[in-house]
Amino acid sequence: MNPTVVALRAGLSRGWIELRQSLTTQSDLFGLAFRIGAVLVVVIWTRGTHLPGMDFSLGTSTLVSVLGLNLVMYGVVTMGDLLVVEREDGTLLRAKATPNGMLGYLVGKVVSTAGQVLLALVITLFIGAFLFTGLTIGHPGSWLTLIWVLVLGLLATLPAGAVLGSLFPSQRSAGPWWLLLLGGLSAISGIFYPITHMPVFLQYIGQVFPMYWLGLGMRSALLPNSLVVVEIGHSWRHLATFGVLATWSVVGLVLAPVVLRRMARRESGSTVATRREKVLRGT
Amino acid sequence: MDDVLVVRDLQMRYGEADVLKGVSFRARRGEVLALLGPNGAGKTTTIEILEGFRIRSAGEVSVLGVDPAHGGEAWRARTGVVLQSWRDHAKWQVRELLAQQGRYYAPYSTVGITRPWDVDDLLESVGLTRHARKRVSDLSGGQRRRLDVAIGIVGRPELLFLDEPTTGFDPEARREFHDLVRGLADREEVTILLTTHDLDEAERLADRILILTGGTIIADGSADELARTLPGQSEVRWTRDGQPFTRSPENATAFVRELFQEYGEAIEDLEVRRASLEDTYMALVHQAERRTPRGLAAVTA
Repeated sequence: MNPTVVALRAGLSRGWIELRQSLTTQSDLFGLAFRIGAVLVVVIWTRGTHLPGMDFSLGTSTLVSVLGLNLVMYGVVTMGDLLVVEREDGTLLRAKATPNGMLGYLVGKVVSTAGQVLLALVITLFIGAFLFTGLTIGHPGSWLTLIWVLVLGLLATLPAGAVLGSLFPSQRSAGPWWLLLLGGLSAISGIFYPITHMPVFLQYIGQVFPMYWLGLGMRSALLPNSLVVVEIGHSWRHLATFGVLATWSVVGLVLAPVVLRRMARRESGSTVATRREKVLRGT
Repeated sequence: MDDVLVVRDLQMRYGEADVLKGVSFRARRGEVLALLGPNGAGKTTTIEILEGFRIRSAGEVSVLGVDPAHGGEAWRARTGVVLQSWRDHAKWQVRELLAQQGRYYAPYSTVGITRPWDVDDLLESVGLTRHARKRVSDLSGGQRRRLDVAIGIVGRPELLFLDEPTTGFDPEARREFHDLVRGLADREEVTILLTTHDLDEAERLADRILILTGGTIIADGSADELARTLPGQSEVRWTRDGQPFTRSPENATAFVRELFQEYGEAIEDLEVRRASLEDTYMALVHQAERRTPRGLAAVTA
């Protein structure tokens, strides 16, 4: 059989195994529960507040927007962080020492990360549906929009995560940057409050990054149409959403293999050993 | 031509520093080569160049007939790598990980070699059958190392690189590991290049020993051959009339013959101890260090 096909299949099974592992590892489960729980707490906190000028709960709107934030969190940060960690612990080098191992490794990573995104999304939506009114989850159209936004969202975020992850020398140095990235972007992307109430220059900056468009896409799918009035241009802007996310996807998919290949080329036993010693010495 | 490894005048330079200054050696099919040398001698650099993980500055290298700098995936499938510090895949189960790693090799089976190794057979031969369903993070240091070796050979490599494979092994695990490695070389004709600081291990496993120091090979031969290059290294002890004697003659055999001719039955408790690899190694490395860096002539047996 064709070695590439074999590696693709091995990668799929790899991703599935890793997803299953994280669902049976206590610390991973705790992390997942914490992320979902934190979101729900914030959302419940703002449940009584209304969207500016509307008779609609800000909490419900935030809940939906946070699904967009989640995509960035898992797609970029989890993917990027895993690459940093697994470069340090030798996983990547192992893949490099295996025929077509890098291909299998990447496919596996995409599958397991995408699985986590979906899982977090479904659980959040499920709990949200009980706690909040106003979600349009009964419409087939909602799900259709949700699916294409989700697929494009994964394509836009996973390769970006891989590219960013390969830039950081170690997990320790990556941490603050991830926090800054998530915190900064969520503040200017209209996740917790409508972007139209931000200063105009911040609106422009926010619209460069996928997080805003993912939030918008989620809102367009899961919130009633009447809420479109708090959005820029009073429109869900599906075409623009598609355009921006597709652009990020293309750029990421072109850059990621180049950057990853460069990173893999630099890996060898001694680089892994050196990093390990650094970690042990605590410098 | 049965040479699996051919290295000719290999050089490696990092900035101003010459790490390898013209290393040459060969390995035949099924041969076990031990690469010894002090830390910083260039062992790891050499092995990484041969593995295709590092690009050399100059010289000729052929690994399984291919230049490792341009070795493709099919070439990769014929090699096995066991590096020093794996700590990856902590959440995986032992058997699961071995099966996953094996899958990639299936398309590279040949008429003579069915790839990969059957997972259960492999677990059996590295002594991990009882731990097949354990998480990798729950293995002891020695078990973890045996798993590393199993992953290194799951694709039935024709050439195996072992970088300090038995660090952290207890004596029993070490013995079992040595049997495994000898078996691979003798029964499967796997060529093995290993680095180690354990000279007993090198003596027990290797058909041939290379000593690398200061960026060149200063000795290349079997443990016996190396010992013979240094006269006056073996020790003869005996007692005569209840009195103990010890000598280190140039030629132990001739010395003992003369001893018996002279004293006959008066000689008792005779012991001839050949120089251990450790003695030889120390002597050769010190000798090399005493010479000027450029004047290192290879001691070829």
